[in-house]
Amino acid sequence: MKRTKIKLLPGNIFPQLLLILVLLAMVIFLSVASPFFLTWDNLRNVFDHSSLYIILALGMTFVISSGGIDLSVGAVAALSGVCMALAMQGGLGVGISILIGLAVGGLVGAANGSVISLLRINPFIVTLGFMSLARGLALIITGGIPIYGFPRAFTWWGSGHIGPLNPPMLLAAFMAVLAALVLNMSRFGYYTLALGGNEEALRRSGVSIHLYKIMVYLLCGVTAALGGLVVTARLNTAEPLAGWMLELDSIAAVVLGGTSMKGGRGSIAGTLIACLLLGILRNGLVILSIPSYYQQLLIGMIILSAVIFAEVRSRKGLASTHKKERSTAV
Amino acid sequence: MSNDAGQEKRIPYIRLRNIKKSFGHVIALDGVDLDIYSGEVMALVGDNGAGKSTLIKIISGVLNPDEGELSLNGKTFKHLTPSKAIELGISTVYQDLALVDCRDAASNIFLGREPLKAAFFVDKKRMNRESEELLRRLKVSIPSVTTPVEFLSGGQRQGVAVARSIKLQGRMITFDEPTAAMGVSESARVLKLIRSLGDEGFAVLVISHNLHHVFSIADRICVIRNGRLVKDFRTENTNPDQVVGFITGSNRYSGEYKEENITA
Repeated sequence: MKRTKIKLLPGNIFPQLLLILVLLAMVIFLSVASPFFLTWDNLRNVFDHSSLYIILALGMTFVISSGGIDLSVGAVAALSGVCMALAMQGGLGVGISILIGLAVGGLVGAANGSVISLLRINPFIVTLGFMSLARGLALIITGGIPIYGFPRAFTWWGSGHIGPLNPPMLLAAFMAVLAALVLNMSRFGYYTLALGGNEEALRRSGVSIHLYKIMVYLLCGVTAALGGLVVTARLNTAEPLAGWMLELDSIAAVVLGGTSMKGGRGSIAGTLIACLLLGILRNGLVILSIPSYYQQLLIGMIILSAVIFAEVRSRKGLASTHKKERSTAV
Repeated sequence: MSNDAGQEKRIPYIRLRNIKKSFGHVIALDGVDLDIYSGEVMALVGDNGAGKSTLIKIISGVLNPDEGELSLNGKTFKHLTPSKAIELGISTVYQDLALVDCRDAASNIFLGREPLKAAFFVDKKRMNRESEELLRRLKVSIPSVTTPVEFLSGGQRQGVAVARSIKLQGRMITFDEPTAAMGVSESARVLKLIRSLGDEGFAVLVISHNLHHVFSIADRICVIRNGRLVKDFRTENTNPDQVVGFITGSNRYSGEYKEENITA
């Protein structure tokens, strides 16, 4: 058996390496362009803002790796936050209220997954439906009015301090490590990727694809609810319109991070780096006092170029590696 | 049913009796009796639409027969399900191979059967090691078990699919057109692999259109025509012309198909 010289590892982590380079280039540029950028207060700000995106994008990485999509995460974050707020208003403890909010997120996720898997309906349209449904519920149960004023033990989750860091950052870091372990090393992660790669192969191996698909969306619902916790706690307000467009931001980060929209390939590290990159970009544009309209434009351009680059590279790159692998295999 | 195989003493791995299946008014299988033995490569040949695929789908539990029964290990079943078939040691290497292209060979071989350590982590090292051992035993050579299978050639992919069947504790392995769309040397390697499975004691069922391939590996050749098993040969007792005769129906024999050939 001849071993190929071309190990596939560099090929696999190449998009992430490129992201890191872009990230470094941005950091260097911004450090030179503004004396405020490389200060701890500012960086802390970047991490703080990115942590929300990271938490949501982690769940989204699983969904997209499995070949699906979840458009309901922003609305689910709002609905969960509202549920936590109502539970606390109703006199329940902070811990129980948070658990209720997470359960609501998980429930909507499981509902997403059930309809998608059991009835075999396109995830785009199903989660679009649940997006509207969750947003509608959040508006109905609050009467459209934000709920505010929570116990300190709750707002700590958004604005507390743990040394120089804060709970959302640590939550994001903890979730990222957990997600990386689960996606790359657990059976659940293996099946998530297999679902995206070839669902039929997994089914024929005797694995319950319904169970795993529902679990993937359930997980995404729970991470959306965790995002809802962070938003609600940070603002000390449960806002039924919170998390607007958050689904698109997290999908963008996941795709920018190198996870394949076709499914079968997912990178937690890539998602993490992409969230930081987008966070630094937003921060940098503010520091350089570039009008916020340009933020949208620039973020759009970055995402498009990243996706086009990845696609072109995979078409060319895969074809050439393919030939090499074949010719060396005797 | 004519049977010059002379296998009366041996117990078949699977025994099919009077299997009937129709789709609407189309009769796909019209009372098939078939015995498949361990340690033997049996080829099922027949024209397009003769009912070969329907038969292997019934054996692998994908389709339920309308009538008839299957016996295995002394038990009789009206029908199987895919997971029941796997449990009973029946595995099928599908035409499309059902591999997860973006995952590596070891992950494909162990798909659905990943060993765990610490009750959570997939034991990748063990998977790689055992996959290497298994592929070596099957004389399938691939660049590395950590190569995604999309980078492998048709024959190598077939090898990975076979290794997975064996990992699923398969005792009977069914191949659906294993050499379709394959080059000459590639086909030769796959045929050798199939032959060696028979020699290792597996019950092997092969569906193929290529009689040259069939004659090079099969111990028995069964001809299916219009949903019926019309002939069951020992390979050494027949020749390709005779088999073609039975496939097309031009070679008539006592009994079963009088009407068609008179009008034809």
